[in-house]
Amino acid sequence: MENVYLTIVLAPLLGAIVAGFFGGRIGRKGAHRATIAGVAVSAALSLWVLARFIWGEATVFNGPVYTWLVSDGMHFEVGFLVDKLTAVMMATVTFVSLMVHLYTIGYMADDEHNWPHGALSGKNSYQRFFSYISLFTFSMLMLVMSNNFMQLFFGWEAVGLVSYLLIGFWSTRESAVFANLKAFLVNRVGDFGFILGIAAIGMYFGSMDYAEVFAKAPELADTQVAILGGVSLMTLIGILLFIGAMGKSAQVPLHVWLPDSMEGPTPISALIHAATMVTAGVFMVARMSPLYELSETALSFILIVGASTAFFMGLIGLVQNDIKRVVAYSTLSQLGYMVTALGASAYAAGIFHLMTHAFFKALLFLAAGSVIIAMHHKQDISHMGGLRKYMPITWLTALIGSLALIGFPGFSGFFSKDAIIEAVGHSELFGSGYASLLLTAGVFVTALYSFRMYFLVFHGRERMDEHTKHHLHESPWVVTAPLVLLAIPSVFIGWFAIEPMLIGDWWTTGDWSPIVVAASHDTLQPLREHWHGQAAFVEHGTHALPFYLAMAGLALAALIWWVLHAWNPRIDELLQVFGGPVTRVLQDKYGFDDFNQRFFAGGSRDLGRKLWITGDRTVIDGAMVNGSARTVGRLALRFRHLQTGYLYHYAIAMIVGLVGLLTVFVTL
Amino acid sequence: MIALSDYLILGGLLFAIAVAGIFLNRKNLILLLMCVELMLLAVNMNFVAFSHFLGDMTGQVFVFFILTVAAAEAAIGLAILVVLFRNRRTINVEDLDALKG
Amino acid sequence: MAEKFLFYVFALITVWAAVMVITRKNPVHSVLFLVLAFVSSAALWVLLEAEFLGIVLILVYVGAVMVLFLFVVMMLDIDLATIRAGFVQNLPLAGLIAAVMAIEILLIVGPGNFGLDAFPKPEPLGAEVSNTRELGLLLYSVYIYPVEIAAVILLLAIVAAIRLTLRRRPDNKYVDPARQVRVRKGPDRVRLVKMAAEDVAPVAAAENGESQ
Repeated sequence: MENVYLTIVLAPLLGAIVAGFFGGRIGRKGAHRATIAGVAVSAALSLWVLARFIWGEATVFNGPVYTWLVSDGMHFEVGFLVDKLTAVMMATVTFVSLMVHLYTIGYMADDEHNWPHGALSGKNSYQRFFSYISLFTFSMLMLVMSNNFMQLFFGWEAVGLVSYLLIGFWSTRESAVFANLKAFLVNRVGDFGFILGIAAIGMYFGSMDYAEVFAKAPELADTQVAILGGVSLMTLIGILLFIGAMGKSAQVPLHVWLPDSMEGPTPISALIHAATMVTAGVFMVARMSPLYELSETALSFILIVGASTAFFMGLIGLVQNDIKRVVAYSTLSQLGYMVTALGASAYAAGIFHLMTHAFFKALLFLAAGSVIIAMHHKQDISHMGGLRKYMPITWLTALIGSLALIGFPGFSGFFSKDAIIEAVGHSELFGSGYASLLLTAGVFVTALYSFRMYFLVFHGRERMDEHTKHHLHESPWVVTAPLVLLAIPSVFIGWFAIEPMLIGDWWTTGDWSPIVVAASHDTLQPLREHWHGQAAFVEHGTHALPFYLAMAGLALAALIWWVLHAWNPRIDELLQVFGGPVTRVLQDKYGFDDFNQRFFAGGSRDLGRKLWITGDRTVIDGAMVNGSARTVGRLALRFRHLQTGYLYHYAIAMIVGLVGLLTVFVTL
Repeated sequence: MIALSDYLILGGLLFAIAVAGIFLNRKNLILLLMCVELMLLAVNMNFVAFSHFLGDMTGQVFVFFILTVAAAEAAIGLAILVVLFRNRRTINVEDLDALKG
Repeated sequence: MAEKFLFYVFALITVWAAVMVITRKNPVHSVLFLVLAFVSSAALWVLLEAEFLGIVLILVYVGAVMVLFLFVVMMLDIDLATIRAGFVQNLPLAGLIAAVMAIEILLIVGPGNFGLDAFPKPEPLGAEVSNTRELGLLLYSVYIYPVEIAAVILLLAIVAAIRLTLRRRPDNKYVDPARQVRVRKGPDRVRLVKMAAEDVAPVAAAENGESQ
């Protein structure tokens, strides 16, 4: 099996190399064929691996393929751990990646219009883009298939790098360069915590290998670390690793980069900043469940951060007018749901939501991209409307994605989101009440902003200019085919996957279980006890509070942005006046950006300026460089008088010295 | 009997006299050179005395070389002196302060 | 006993001559007293069975170096008055330093450390032992390279002294051997040319000759 896993990882890398280094020679078709072939091989094999796990044929693979170095007994290796968790992630990543590759052919077809005429950086941009997304697939697979912390960190940084490259893909746009720098810097903050966490693991466990660390974890559960007046080792590791996850999975307050990352091309917004990379943090915490189960403090922290992100980021989505930013804030909010599930020890539910979300959010993004293509790369939803009749496939798939997102009963999002709300409701950790309240309220917000966007784009008056309207038409098949292919799992995957993933003991293969939940934390247990099949779950869902809230949100959105907006498009302005300070706070995104700009950026600039003035100019230049020269000069001005030029002075000095030495010699 | 210490004391006295000479005649370059010769004589005296009392000819070899170098030094030193006098019409050390810092 | 007498006589002469060297007003006297100090030192060295060095001291030092000193002193027209200025003021300091130094040296090399107990008088060497031969054997076998170096140093000193004092006066007539050997056969040498006699105005020639 090792060769199969190696092929899965290396096929996209090979595609990336071919498209990246030989893109100019093989041309556009060659580039997308090479990368799509690589990812297709990878996806097919991943699905086969997942299928084997489902049929119960496969065994857990855990072994090194290459030892990089051994230092002080610690092995730094490239190795794979393939169990059911990994298999699910691999299948999701490669499948969505394949869809995005196909879609990109259509989306980037006339990319040369996005570059200034004759720009050197725009040369072969099409091939480069394919190379990047293939490289991303490789990096993400390295991350999820890793069996040790070093490779995890490699994958973690590699996806960060590709994300940086792709956000700033249109490098001649100032906003894009600003956004990718921002993403990189914010992620560095998270990575700082992450690598400290890995260092703590290396220090206390003496190993980088997952299996060894997990096996040793219970022994060290009661270890205290003398930091900040003594914290439990597990809490420390848990929170540090989670800070890394906060950066990558864009949790408050490290979420600020994700909305700006929409400066990148839409396919990567779908692949990286919605479906896969941003879920790396969720995956990582689930993978580390044996460690997190040992620290309720860390779990509470995750719970509160996740719930805050889920609710408050959703609210911002209400005031955004950029179609991609609305979806981005919805992604933030959904990531918050996943993280909250992790905090409630419902790791399985988190992963389940991760998977369903990957499909429907990729679908929504690609649908948004399809709309953007039709609108000639204009993204303002206040200038859209009524697209339904021009783009029927996009409309239908976007509707499916939105319904899945708000958790309409029967759609995939319903199963995963309801499971999370249920699980958090049963959690007894500190902060679970708060989290439960926010998640439930979040359902209403989700429905409201999702359908606000839906109605503004596909229904109501046609507010675009005549030129655009004249050219409106459905996107080509390479764009719509992925939409349809993603819409299918968005509808059905929840129905099929909920029973094995949440209810049964499917996760366990042999004696290896990737997700470990302490009995006292098992918030999915009540769900299992009351399980009477999917139909009963759906039926139960239709008269529960989240459903009513979702329907209320949908109805309110329809009322305002369909009925009232059709009657008078200035309703938005009216709402802003009506909302007053609340709207302003939301439009300011709670002031995180301003705060960072003023406090961190401004503060570090002031600090740098002070260091420059006092440290560099005064101390180093003034005191040390010029100071030493001046001191020598001043001393020399005195001592030069010793240099009389008279021979006998030197002779006398010599003799006096000789006498002195003799005296020392005699007295000794 | 004459002991080694007697010769060494003689050498020491000669050396001290030469030092005093440098102090006294500090303006006269020729006398300074002569005092240096005197110092070398004192040193040579010690070498010869040690060579005799230790029964080792190496001391005399040393003296031989010191004489050689001293002769060379005297020759060059006097030559410089002559040139100096020719250029400055003086050998008063107080007038020679071109190296003053 | 005779040896002791000779030692004290020559030692006293040496010290007295040394004192005279540094105190005489006239540098010529100083040089002469230095010669005396060297000669009596040479006598002391002969007492120490270093006959060769004693003779070398007289021949080389007194015969060559001191004569050189004497020559220079006499050649230079030295203003004695300015050069002697400050002699008396310097006396106390000079005496003090010299006394301190002498006392310190005596403390070290006094009979306590280097007396007869520590270094007994060696047996006198027989008449058949040649100091010159011994020294020569040592110099030309063990110390052959230092001897070569010393020879080079002396050569250097000769060249340096000559080069330093050599002076070209514009009105001096001399032959430059370098230019002499560079002479080429064709253009540089004197050539005898046959030519017809020329008729020169006798008056003008006579005037020219007178004016020269």
